[in-house]
Parts: sequence; structure tokens; C-alpha cells
Amino acid sequence: MSLAEAFKVALGAIAANRLRSSLTVLGVVIGVMSVVLLVAIGTGARDEVSAGIEDLGSNLLIVAPGGFEFGQAPTVSKFTLETVGDLERRLYGRALVSANLVSGETVRADDVSTFASVLGVTETFDEVLNRRVVRGEFVTESDVAMGNRVAVLGSSAATGLFGAVDPIGRTVSISGLRFRVIGVVGRLGATLGVDRDAQVLLPVTAAQRLFGTLRVDTVFVEVPEAEALDDVRGEIASELGLSLEPGDFSILSQEEILGVAGEILSTLTGVLAAIAGISLLVGGIGVSNIMLVSVSERTREVGLRKALGARSRDITRQFLVEAVVLCGVGGVLGIGVGVGLAQAAERFTPLPATITGWSIALAFGTSLVVGVVFGVFPARRAGRLDPVVALRYE
Amino acid sequence: MNERALASPDRETERPPPVVEVRDVTRSYRLGGRGRRRGASDDGTTVHALRGVSLAVESGELVSIVGPSGSGKSTLLHLLGALDRPTSGSVRFDGRDAAGLSDTELAVLRNRHIGFVFQQFQLLARTPALANVALPLVYAGVGRRRRRERAREALEAVGLGHRLRHRPAQLSGGEHQRVAIARALVTHPRLLLADEPTGNLDTATGEEVLAILRTLNADRGMAVVVITHDPEVAALTPRRVHVRDGVLESGPP
Ligand SMILES: Nc1ncnc2c1ncn2[C@@H]1O[C@H](COP(=O)(O)OP(=O)(O)OP(=O)(O)O)[C@@H](O)[C@H]1O
Ligand SMILES: [Mg+2]
Repeated sequence: MSLAEAFKVALGAIAANRLRSSLTVLGVVIGVMSVVLLVAIGTGARDEVSAGIEDLGSNLLIVAPGGFEFGQAPTVSKFTLETVGDLERRLYGRALVSANLVSGETVRADDVSTFASVLGVTETFDEVLNRRVVRGEFVTESDVAMGNRVAVLGSSAATGLFGAVDPIGRTVSISGLRFRVIGVVGRLGATLGVDRDAQVLLPVTAAQRLFGTLRVDTVFVEVPEAEALDDVRGEIASELGLSLEPGDFSILSQEEILGVAGEILSTLTGVLAAIAGISLLVGGIGVSNIMLVSVSERTREVGLRKALGARSRDITRQFLVEAVVLCGVGGVLGIGVGVGLAQAAERFTPLPATITGWSIALAFGTSLVVGVVFGVFPARRAGRLDPVVALRYE
Repeated sequence: MNERALASPDRETERPPPVVEVRDVTRSYRLGGRGRRRGASDDGTTVHALRGVSLAVESGELVSIVGPSGSGKSTLLHLLGALDRPTSGSVRFDGRDAAGLSDTELAVLRNRHIGFVFQQFQLLARTPALANVALPLVYAGVGRRRRRERAREALEAVGLGHRLRHRPAQLSGGEHQRVAIARALVTHPRLLLADEPTGNLDTATGEEVLAILRTLNADRGMAVVVITHDPEVAALTPRRVHVRDGVLESGPP
């Protein structure tokens, strides 16, 4: 029997049991849809995080506390403003150094309050991390030196606290301390649904007093000349080595952060895909089950076909094609639904979702493989039926 | 005729070998287990459907097999039709021993050289008469158009040229059996085997069906073996074989 004939017979059998076939296909649709949707979300998350890191600029070195490897627990920083000052002096004229200190706090203005990440920063922070002041001015050297109680707001912190009113000159209070607003910085956008503009920037010294600490969390070093990046990195290491243990800090370029973040998010995507894979597996078992029913329902038909000259492999092929057609149809529909849901997620929820060609090809390919894998057992069973026994089957 | 059934045709050197010949075949079924096992021992749970039967069907012969229910007629017919293998003894098609053929080769043999007509008609429901008749040709690798032509010819040969698109549910019992005969002859087999083709039909319709089989035998030289328990039907065939308790016996003349 030719493949075309096998297709015709398979389509006839599927059409003859429309409801049952549809329910079987539904299982595959759900599986394939989950694969497409979850991989899209994983990929979207990775793209978004990468874009956020790329915003930092490629000539930036980040000095972070502790080791920086996937899976390592965060370490409390041993950096102080003294560390920052030492680095500044050592790298003077060749690199620009900045530092920050971060804590999530409730920020109040008059009768409104909002949750924001409060960053203590040095006066070079806007330049080193590419923050553009859109209104007023940034924290100055003397603000840092004096520990002035001034604040620069991220764009959504500004609208959240003051609405349409110009915030410059007004005050915000954090843990009971009042800060005068001197500026607003431009939009950064959101990463993974986290608003990066819900920020309040204070002079690092004022922030240290507010949080009751002398540490800074992270030191940023901008190196204007890309060729000097490795030299500067070496100097940072030797300077920090004077006062700290080698395990107390790590120096990372943008590329290295991208690498680590990419690794984390690829793992996330993999986990999501595996979860989706389980539902595809369940769909496949459904196909297997229905094919067994289909075979036993058509035992006499199989016996007849064999009596009339069908070889075992003709029968096996007929049922295998039926299973693959069910899965293929489920695959196509599942891709359609998955792409639709991914686009809806992208548009209507903070979840990012990026559809990639490979994930669609993979999902469709997998659905066909599921058809073969789960169809082969029932199909071979049909092929092995003894014609005399099958013809007598009630 | 009993001597003839048991005779070894090899002695007659000039004659072609029989279309099908069984020599001293037995077929037993073991009860209790799943499926059938070969070579089952005689431990009381074994049914001996055939206990040593020898029979040769020559080219162009018309033979009827008669015998009581459960005597082993269908079992014998399945062996003659390469649908089943004997527990012991040999089956030869055109002088070739079937023991040496694989299941696939037997399937091809059935497809090319043997036509079956079953007691229960065994037509595919939901499928028009034409497609039912064309089914063996699908497995013979015949193209679609040629299949339709040949299926139509076969249906015309059994007088059903006007029922091509009817589904089994839209046909009478006699018409069912004629469709089944058309399907058996569509491949132009050398041997046509019919298992009680008249069993489910009234006398008049049964005679019609038998008349078709006789015509096929006479006009096309097809060897025909037909099982019946109707003595009147058996009387219309030139050769009769009686089966009782799994062995052949001489019947009334
Ligand atoms: N698959 C099987 N398993 C066990 N016993 C079987 C099987 N097939 C047939 N038999 C037994 O073999 C014997 C012969 O069966 P067979 O079908 O050949 O009889 P028959 O002569 O065709 O009868 P009928 O005229 O009723 O069709 C019976 O006793 C039957 O019960
Ligand atoms: Mg019988």
C-alpha cells in the first residue's frame, strides 16, 4: 500500500470518529501550545534582560562583592567610600568611577506613598550608567561631600508621587527623613515586568546615613577607551587586593554579565520547555491510548485486510500514519494557539514573549515524533494480528 | 473420489501440480492461553480441529466441502487459503511448500492468487461497493483508475453493475454476498474459496450465489472450493469432500 493510500485510509478513520479524534488532538494541541508559549516567554525574558544589560554600555567594568557565578549566594559587600576614593585616585584621568548602595523603601510625598528602590549614588553615576537628567539637575560632588538631603527621581517614581505636578523643589520622605527633589531622570523601561524607573537616587553619603551603614554595594568603572579595558581591570584588581581578600570582589565586563544572565535564563527556558514537554508527553499517551482503542475496534477490518493480501507492514503503516496525522494536526493547531497566546501575553501582560522560528519548527517536529513514538506500539500490534483470529474477533 | 483426494498427484508426471494441496495436515488449538500455540501437547486442553487431512484441488476444479458444524471445515479452508499454517503436515501451492514462505510472502500469495468469500460477508461499512471490491488491488499496487475499472468489471460480472456507489447498509443480503464475490475475483485469482457463502441467505438467493460461482468456474477456469452444509448445494458440485471430526470421509455418491 502506498503512503498516499495509507493517508486516505487514516483520514477516513479519523473522520469516522470526529469527536474522539478531536479530543485526542486537543491533548496534543495543549502540549504543543505550552511548548511554544513557554519557550517564547523564556526567550523573551532573555532578550529583555540582555537588552537591559546592553544599555549599560560595552566599556563598563562592574566591581561586585564576592564571587560572581551562576548559583552562588549573594555576599555582603566589603566596599566602602574609601575603596571608591582609592580607585578614583589610582585611575584618575583614565577611567571614571562611580558607586551605589541599594535598598527597597517606601517613599512618601504629601499624602501619596510608593515603593521604590532607593539608590545611594556618587555624582558620576549619571555619566557612568548613562542616565539622562530630563529636568532639574543630578546629584553634585558637594551633595555627596556634604551628605545633602536631596533626591533625583526616576520617571515613574516622579509621576507616582507627584502626578502631573512638577516635583522639582518639593520634598519626599523616606523612613521619616525629608529629601528635597532636585531632578528627574529619563525612562529606562521595564525588565521582566519590573519597573526600572521606580527609583529614587540620593547622594551616597546621605543614603549611608539613612540606612545606617558605611558600605557601598557596587562600584562601576567606565573606561572611555576600549583598548584600556584590560589594563584598567588589572589595576582595579591590584588596588582592591591591597585591602581585600581575592574572594571578596569580582570584576565583570558587560559581556561577562550577559554570559551569566544568559546562562540563568537559558536554564529557565529549559525548565519551562521541560514542563511543557510533560504536557506534550501526556498528549502523546492520549494518542497511544486512542490508537489502541482504534486498533481493537477495527480488529476485524485488520483481519479482512490481511486476508485480502495486506502485509504486516501495510497495516502498521496505516495506523502509524493515523497517529502521525492526529499529532501533526495537533501540532499545527497548537502552534497557532501558542503563537496567539504569546502575542497576547506580550501585548496585555508584563511578560515578554518572543516567538522564534526554531521553537516553532521544534514544536512541530516534536509533535510528529510524538506521533511516531506513541503510534508505533499500537500500529505494530495491529500489524502482528493473526488474520484468522482477527476475522473471528467479536 | 476419496482415493483421488488422498492420491499423490506427483506420480502423474505430465500433469501440472495442483493449485493447492494439503498432505496429512493437523491443526490444533490450545485453549486457555492467549492466542494459539503450535505443537501443543495432548493434555486435554487442546482442541484438534484437523487430525490428518490430505486433499488436492486441481486447476479449474469445483469442490464442495460438507460436514457438521465444528468438524473443521473452516479450519481446512483457512489452510487452503494460506491464511493459517498447519500444526503438522504440509501445504503446497502450485507444488511449492508453504512452510518455506514468510508471512509477507503468504500475504502476497493470498493477494495475487487466492480469492476469499466469507460467511459473514466481511465488507467495510461506510465504504461504497466499488471501493470494497477494489480493496485487494490496493495491496497489489494497482493504480487508482485501473482499480476502479477492474472493480466495476467485477461488480458487473456478478450482476451488480448498477450498485457501484451503494454502501453495505444500502444493500440486501444477496447483494452483500455478490459484492464479496466480486471482491474475491477482482484480482483474477486461480483459486476461489468460499466459506458457507449461502449460509445466511434464503434458498433462492443462495442458489443465485452458487450459480455465480459455477459460472466463474466454468467460464474462467477458476478452481472453486465452497463450504456448505446444504446437501442440495453440494449436489450441484461435481466433487464433494466430507469432513467429520477433523478427518475426511467418503460421503454418499
Ligand atoms: N481459535 C480457536 N481456538 C480454539 N478452538 C478453535 C479455534 N478455531 C476453531 N476451533 C475449534 O476447532 C473446531 C473446528 O472449527 P471450524 O471453525 O473449522 O468448524 P466448522 O466445521 O467450520 O464449523 P461451522 O460449520 O460451525 O462453521 C471446532 O471445535 C472449534 O471449536
Ligand atoms: Mg466454519
